[in-house]
Amino acid sequence: MIQIQPATKNKSVDLARLREKLAQSGGPEYWKSLEELAETEEFKRFVEDEFADRSEEWLKPANRRNVLKLMGASFALAGLSACTKQPRELIVPYVRQPEEFTPGKPLFFASAMPSGGMGLGVLVESHLGRPTKIEGNPDHPTSLGRTNIWAHAAVLDFWDPDRARAVTHYGDIGTWAQCKAEIMSAKANAALRKGAGLRILTEAVASPTAADLLNTIQKTFPQAKWHQYEVVSRAGGNAGTAAAFGRPVNALYHFEKADVIVSLDSDFLTRLGPASVRYAKDFTSRRHVMTDVQKKEQPKENLQEGYQPGPDAPFRNQASSHAERDTAGHGLPPQVKASGIPVDQVTQPRLYAVEPTPSNTGAMADHRFVVKASEVEDFTRALAAAVGVGGAAAGGNAHPAIPAIAKDLQANRGKCLVVPGEFQTPAVHALAHAMNQALGAVGNTVTYTDTPEANPVDHIASLRELVNDMFNGQVDTLIILGGNPAYNAPADLNFIGALNKVKLRVHVSTHLDETAMYCHWHVPEAHFLESWGDIRAHDGTVTVIQPLIEPLYGGKTYTEVLSVLAGESERTAHDLVKSYWAANSGAGNFDAWWQVCLHNGTVPNTALPAANATAKAPAGMPAQQQQGGGGLEIIFRPDPTIFDGRYANNGWLQELPKPLLRLTWANPVLISPKTAQHLGVGSMDVIEIDYNGRKVKAPAWVQPGQADDTLVAFLGYGRTGGGKISAGLGVDMYQFRTTNALWHGSGAQVRKLSGVWNLATVQHAQTMEERKPVRVATLAEFQKEPGFATEEVIQRWDTLYPDYHYEGYKWGMSIDLNTCIGCVTCTIACYAENNIPVVGMEETGKGRWMGWIRVDRYFHGGVDDPEVFFQPVTCMHCENAPCEVVCPVGATVHSAEGLNQMVYNRCVGTRYCSNNCPYKVRRFNFLLYSDWYTQSLYGMRNPDVTVRSRGVMEKCTYCIQRIQSAKILAEREDRRVRDGEITPACAQACPGDAIVFGDINDPHSRVAQLKAQIRDYSLLEDLNTRPRTTYLARLRNPNPELEKG
Amino acid sequence: MPQIFHRSTNSLAKISILAVVCGLGALIGLAYTFDRGAFNTDVGVVKPQPVPFSHKHHVTDDGIDCRYCHTSVETSHYAGLPATEICMSCHSQIWSNATMLEPVRESFRTGQSLAWTRVHDLPEFVYFNHSIHLKKGIGCATCHGRVDEMPLMFKVNTLLMNWCVECHRNPEKYIRPREEVFNMAYQPPADQLTNLGPKLVKLYHVQKLDDCWTCHR
Repeated sequence: MIQIQPATKNKSVDLARLREKLAQSGGPEYWKSLEELAETEEFKRFVEDEFADRSEEWLKPANRRNVLKLMGASFALAGLSACTKQPRELIVPYVRQPEEFTPGKPLFFASAMPSGGMGLGVLVESHLGRPTKIEGNPDHPTSLGRTNIWAHAAVLDFWDPDRARAVTHYGDIGTWAQCKAEIMSAKANAALRKGAGLRILTEAVASPTAADLLNTIQKTFPQAKWHQYEVVSRAGGNAGTAAAFGRPVNALYHFEKADVIVSLDSDFLTRLGPASVRYAKDFTSRRHVMTDVQKKEQPKENLQEGYQPGPDAPFRNQASSHAERDTAGHGLPPQVKASGIPVDQVTQPRLYAVEPTPSNTGAMADHRFVVKASEVEDFTRALAAAVGVGGAAAGGNAHPAIPAIAKDLQANRGKCLVVPGEFQTPAVHALAHAMNQALGAVGNTVTYTDTPEANPVDHIASLRELVNDMFNGQVDTLIILGGNPAYNAPADLNFIGALNKVKLRVHVSTHLDETAMYCHWHVPEAHFLESWGDIRAHDGTVTVIQPLIEPLYGGKTYTEVLSVLAGESERTAHDLVKSYWAANSGAGNFDAWWQVCLHNGTVPNTALPAANATAKAPAGMPAQQQQGGGGLEIIFRPDPTIFDGRYANNGWLQELPKPLLRLTWANPVLISPKTAQHLGVGSMDVIEIDYNGRKVKAPAWVQPGQADDTLVAFLGYGRTGGGKISAGLGVDMYQFRTTNALWHGSGAQVRKLSGVWNLATVQHAQTMEERKPVRVATLAEFQKEPGFATEEVIQRWDTLYPDYHYEGYKWGMSIDLNTCIGCVTCTIACYAENNIPVVGMEETGKGRWMGWIRVDRYFHGGVDDPEVFFQPVTCMHCENAPCEVVCPVGATVHSAEGLNQMVYNRCVGTRYCSNNCPYKVRRFNFLLYSDWYTQSLYGMRNPDVTVRSRGVMEKCTYCIQRIQSAKILAEREDRRVRDGEITPACAQACPGDAIVFGDINDPHSRVAQLKAQIRDYSLLEDLNTRPRTTYLARLRNPNPELEKG
Repeated sequence: MPQIFHRSTNSLAKISILAVVCGLGALIGLAYTFDRGAFNTDVGVVKPQPVPFSHKHHVTDDGIDCRYCHTSVETSHYAGLPATEICMSCHSQIWSNATMLEPVRESFRTGQSLAWTRVHDLPEFVYFNHSIHLKKGIGCATCHGRVDEMPLMFKVNTLLMNWCVECHRNPEKYIRPREEVFNMAYQPPADQLTNLGPKLVKLYHVQKLDDCWTCHR
């Protein structure tokens, strides 16, 4: 794919002029991008024309495709497309229908999604045996009913047409029996030497069953070795806790108990794997601020005769419909139900974030300190010294904020928490735990357990040992179970070179990836949605993974492959898991116990007990090696959406805008505005990075809030195998990553090359122009002026027409900006629920991104260290909807419950509605974006939502399919829909509980109570659109001692 | 200057204009008739099925309730077609050697489902729910006709949107007491429009039904 184009126009932003402009406060108060501030041509093009470049399709020279398309369009215009006779359709009933199954109703099964050696408890929705959607399991300690972006994307991963479909031998189709025979004979050979020469390489293992198998193998073959390699392993944390406690332990944070939190380069809200789901929920639980000061207009008692609002529905799990289940799904903390507290008693935790590059956690911080990655350790030492951790010596130039932070921490002994960064050095971890000990946090805001990982080794050391042995010819057979080390092993190890010396190489993975290319055998791995297994959660709780469907392509789980080595013959994963727990459950009636485990999605009493650990000051912790060489610092981070590359072939994740960058389909190198100015580099310029003797061309991206003299390189792109979608996208940054500088290194040089590297950003498209969309106040300001969010509002215009009287339901939504962490899980949940198509990089770049809920990112303040705010924007379902009055065919109309309905089969595609929408939330199918032809994707779609065709408009429906199913259920039971019974997909996914949906006509509903709050405001209310979606203003709790200016 | 056109041209012109107007009208009429006719809507058309199943025999002669086979009609949007097992619950005992039933027995033996041809086929963008219609007092026969008198199944209504909307706008015309929904021979009382209909609409909380998203989403 050719991404570099000659520089035709100067897209760069004049940063010096911007600074001047901001200093004179001539620009907008809240800005979406540097381009907006600079008012570049590029940005204006998107504001003036919502879908820029729209005529391009017709300007291309005629070719066969276009001629055919035009012909097709002409037929459509002639109305002939409506004249098709319905084709013959078959009904294929069961021969023997399962008892629990009702045709037409989905079933939900509790399972867990493994990722990075940790499980996230999920409920998987199954339509006629097809897994279509994943929700969080409310009973699971990591999920509590919430999810992350990867859980939703797993459905597409499962149905991915690029998955490996057969066992291959040297690239030719083989059979599992042949492969197994070869493994068995290798095993027999190794057995003669007590297993010498037999090696197994896995990712991090947190499955008790797999650990048991691996132990059996080690006992049978003492000379065989088990290696582990995971890119984002907990190695730093394990080494750090080992230094502090004498052995690796697992830190469990309790953010709900912390009043003051210091994050030392830790993005605990989104980057701690599944644990972040729980941490985000805990962290935001203290930010649901309900006061007794309410807005003047109160919703009136307006209930239909004969109906009474029901009490809160009882807690039920695994019910048979969305409506039934969703009553369990809403887990808003009790504050939301409470009547509210006096405004002068409002508090919320204070968060300090120290970080080199913007993160979601940094965006939520009340104070954010931009510190280079290599200097975080110095910062930590200075902070440790300031809070009185013995042995920690402050360096020369301590950060000026440290005394104030230390004072704040000490003032909140036992209610404070220091969180070390997952990509930071062991010393940072050790010091952070020592600080927690010194501050009385241990036992309160942080507890320790044994690690959920079966064998918490240093993954790099483990991989290095394997590579050395491979080079020395000591490895005859290597079985790689999952993972993709040929692609993502540190570059200096030369893993591929070593791999080629092994006589028998077997790789088990879901895709034919880079590693598969270098292995003799490749065995398709069963996806977790089609396999049996078990996995520990962040606190150790075990979930039994249960399959929703037979393996699509005859895949094997890694435990099944291990069983070939462990025993006389192969055993099924079901047999392995069940027999392991039969031996280890300790239950009297195992079959009943097993059913309960499967139903609940958790195995009782498996959470790891609190370890009795005392952190001591790591006296012997060596000071960080100062890497010489000058130049720029380069930081490696897993990509915000496709992670370490394992999700690179997932279109949803590729097209999901990376939260802080608002970019899709690529991994540009982030540069701070100052450094960019110094280097003369602008966004989308092609640069050449020279680091560690390697040179790589990459696109640059100027990121406000980034540490100076630092490059951020996202891992996971530049794949050469593993599927059609990932091929040719972005730049492989693993080639820079070495074992001595895994997460940051220094000495990078940057040279600007000519040309423009086009990147698909969604931050310009769908712009509402400057109208103060985000409203923020500090706690002090809020207490002084509770109505700050609406004080500048122009009064509603009077109208001659009487208001429409909504007799039944009146649906509405409230989005709390105080608890939205910007993780974009809502966006991808909507993709999965509403069959939203992926449009690709080129179309995204034209502003044709199709997501129904976008999470806008706003900056506030200077370009070097602005504050960041997130704002999810859906269709507002305006009372006076501007889109409705301009539709010439009545394809968008208002419902009797106040919904702005979009009717696909009426839409003729004039796009007038979208043109007239001030919120820019309507999306148009310019081309046939939905894939109507790939068979394996049929199974993935939600059967309750139409798959849209070319030429129709679409937008957020408030998940009308869920509304209807809940209404039908309620009416079958002759009652009103209960509050919380309807949860749109976005609200159900949201780990911050920021989105609440319900009936505004019911004054006791959560949404009505939230809308009555004084913080409630509407977007662009001066237009008198009267949106049904309203926002709760954000509050900040800065330290008065550190307040700027 | 002499006339260019002969007098008769006037008549010709008039006739041709009339012909065009009439022709267009006829074309539209023809297209409409075709569109609403049995060819397009399949009303009254019997479709080939693997087994010539007779509702008349099973319902009228044997007195089997609708729900014996259409098990999920009260709980799901989909009424459900019987699993082979349900057929075999009787036909393993009676008519167990009939040649006509060989496909059923074969299905039961081999585990291969019977493939029936759908008779009442709504377009994919319509989301119809059986359970709520029954609960709101709409009988089977209102849409499906006198199935109990059909030896072979066919459609009696077009299932076109104007047909659906006729009831959605005036439910009082068609609503019946809940206990009568499975009664095929139910006849509305004389006071349906003045008394029973409006009364039931109120009693069953029949809400506004002509929102697009009631059926399309």
